[in-house]
Amino acid sequence: MKTVEEIKAAIEKAVPGAGVEIIPNPSVSGQHSLRLNPQTAIAVATFLRDDADLSLDFLSNATGVDWPDKEVAEKVKVTRTVTKTVDGVETTAQETVEETVKRVVPGCLEAVYHLFSVAKKHGPVILRIKTVNRSDQVNLPSFTPIWRSAEFQEREIFDLFGIVFTGHPDLRRLLMWDEFEDHPMRRDYVEPDDFEYEPTAHDEVLKRAEAQRAKMQGASA
Amino acid sequence: MDDGLKIELGKQGVFVTTIEELYNWGRRSSIWPMQFGLACCAIEMIATTMARYDLARFGGEVFRPSPRQADLMIISGTVTKKMAPQVVRLYNQMAEPRYVIAMGACAISGGPFKQGYNVLKGIDRYIPVDVHIPGCPPRPEALLHAFITLQKKIDGQSLTGENRPRHLNAEAQGEFPVPVQGAHDLEPTSNKGVWPIPITIR
Repeated sequence: MKTVEEIKAAIEKAVPGAGVEIIPNPSVSGQHSLRLNPQTAIAVATFLRDDADLSLDFLSNATGVDWPDKEVAEKVKVTRTVTKTVDGVETTAQETVEETVKRVVPGCLEAVYHLFSVAKKHGPVILRIKTVNRSDQVNLPSFTPIWRSAEFQEREIFDLFGIVFTGHPDLRRLLMWDEFEDHPMRRDYVEPDDFEYEPTAHDEVLKRAEAQRAKMQGASA
Repeated sequence: MDDGLKIELGKQGVFVTTIEELYNWGRRSSIWPMQFGLACCAIEMIATTMARYDLARFGGEVFRPSPRQADLMIISGTVTKKMAPQVVRLYNQMAEPRYVIAMGACAISGGPFKQGYNVLKGIDRYIPVDVHIPGCPPRPEALLHAFITLQKKIDGQSLTGENRPRHLNAEAQGEFPVPVQGAHDLEPTSNKGVWPIPITIR
């Protein structure tokens, strides 16, 4: 099979301005992945399926990844003008101080696809697509029109991660009920507190069970 | 009546019984389970009905595909929060007298999925359960044992008085509220009438 670099070159030849990026995997398996641009993802995916050399006709796996907002602390050198009084004489001097600056790297949601070729007996080729953020811009193009096997897996990603796939023929929740509002596989999901009875509770669960029991007994009394 | 006297009369060809005994014998000898399974425990339940374990020996072989004709609900497997309202609704549709066996770790407590977000932590939060069977999954022998335990329970019921069966008590609760699937969890999270919070003794 072609290497990731060769696939990237082939994509960029077929789809001008595809904006494909290689994400290296440093582990032993070396399964490097390709990050697609949401705007050109459909064209790239169609090319990967239809190209005679690649003919990636089978989408075996689609899943989601949640990247929460991350706070990064960076050390920055800041040069300031400092006024000092030495022996009654005022002097100004340039002083360089190291400061720790905290900034928030915005999170996103990501869909990951694993492609194989049944015809050519090769694979996997791994595709990734990122959303803009985790709250309101969570749309990604759906691959269901290209690989039918993506249908239920994209519904599952929609259910558990909250990525909205535009172009999906039947985007409903798959595992949870329709009235459910949360996305359980997100890192910041808070699960319902129904731990009032735990026969062998300990640690965290014991704390939750005691709090819940106190709350419920207070409500019933 | 004295048991010794009854045996003695039996030897003489005289059969003596009470209405209560006859009535309970009839009830316990033809418990028809409802034909439905929820997860892997259902496979063991099916095995129990087959030739090797043969639930028919105890009068329970007629699995009814309709709750209207069933006496016994075997909760065989994981009850997800998505499925729980339907289980309660099916139980409401069964005619009295009706019984429930909670089969397996999931049905009695949530089992290995207890600390997850989508599994009910025991069906006894919503409907009254007569027999609980632990195990993951319980062997067919365990289900047979539960079945016999239920028969013993029916046999021991008195038709009058405080502890009479629910179908003879006009004031007993007949319909159990079906939980609503809410935005974050089932509402309410349990039926306080059938499931007061158990007290843990350490």
